[in-house]
Amino acid sequence: MNAMLELHGVTKVYGEGAAQVTALQDIDLTVRVGELVAVMGPSGSGKSTLLTIAGSLEEPTSGSVVVAGRALAGMAYDQQARLRRTAIGYVFQDFNLLPGLTAVENVAIPLELDGMPARRAYAVAQEALAGLGLAERGQHFPDDLSGGERQRVAIARAVVGDRRLVLADEPSGALDSVNGESIMRLLAGIAAQGAAVVLVTHDAKLAAWADRVLFLHDGRLSNRVATPAGVETLLEPDAP
Amino acid sequence: MSVRHALLALLSQGPAYATRLRLDLQQRTGELWELNIGQVYTTLQRLERDGLVREDEQGGDARYFALTATGRDELDRWLRTPPPLDTPPRDELVIKVLVAVDVPGVDVADVVLAHRQQVVEAMQAFTRIKASADSEDVALAIMVDAELFRLEGILRWLAAAEVRLQARPPALAPAIAGDSAHHPEVVR
Repeated sequence: MNAMLELHGVTKVYGEGAAQVTALQDIDLTVRVGELVAVMGPSGSGKSTLLTIAGSLEEPTSGSVVVAGRALAGMAYDQQARLRRTAIGYVFQDFNLLPGLTAVENVAIPLELDGMPARRAYAVAQEALAGLGLAERGQHFPDDLSGGERQRVAIARAVVGDRRLVLADEPSGALDSVNGESIMRLLAGIAAQGAAVVLVTHDAKLAAWADRVLFLHDGRLSNRVATPAGVETLLEPDAP
Repeated sequence: MSVRHALLALLSQGPAYATRLRLDLQQRTGELWELNIGQVYTTLQRLERDGLVREDEQGGDARYFALTATGRDELDRWLRTPPPLDTPPRDELVIKVLVAVDVPGVDVADVVLAHRQQVVEAMQAFTRIKASADSEDVALAIMVDAELFRLEGILRWLAAAEVRLQARPPALAPAIAGDSAHHPEVVR
């Protein structure tokens, strides 16, 4: 199975009558295993809605969403919740770590919710932290971590338990560009290890890490897709 | 970046011969800067003529060059001198977008998006260079960052142009691409 995420004709409409707003219109998108895809668009373009629908946090008004080969429509609520815990990881702009829990406890939460015994969940969480260079930071509370470390904890939480669809919404948040770059290095590495990563951002320096960059405008995806130019084109003095 | 000053910078670390200098230069610029050995020799000869480098005795077979005190002073001066920061008098991309507004049958939004796509593609290519390089290679990262920030500036300008074009009242359309001399703030 190659496609990890498929959106077919996804439309999302909020409100009714005169107050009706079409956030997404007829979106078709397939993200394969091993792929890092970025969606760029200005604020209000529907980027975040695209991500919440892809992650089954919201239902489309019409169209279908397929995650890991399974259509979300018609799936019972608890089945969807289980799919979210086991297959889908989220990385948010503001990290969303629980302040009263240590780093390793934050990462272990989705595993424990899924019924894994606490001791084993902690061991797996600690391993995920170590994989992101945070082996020594597991016992620290979020307040004791730097912004870059907090986001790495959030990424560990998103991928722990071998989840293969990672959805990231402006993951570098307020981090400076060098720390933002290290977040993108991690997400690219996660994709290379066999996950599908979808990133929504307005920051082209982050999007440039992607294999494909899509442009979203007023809820529609453009048919123009950016894929890396050959290095030889960079040698021309006036490439753009 | 000037080849002259790049060579002075390399020689500030000690005497070296031309082929070594050419290799170092290419490595430091992520091999984006193609230089042939002739360019390096010619530049070294001019630097020698101007008293900024001299031939080093230690050489043996190869011809070693070393920085002179004057060369060192010139390097220090150059490192701290700002390059011209004004934009070129005619930015071709600005002109293309402005002209597209007025060409019948051309969807200016698509012209803008086509350029955005190409700029992002160049940024992706630069990012690949950074991603595949040794993360300890600070010089390369700094050089690639310079290109990325420059391209990002173009992209932000294109995005702003797109928003303005979307928001513009139809009646004003011809005025935007009219005689550009009336819009010195837009076209320089």
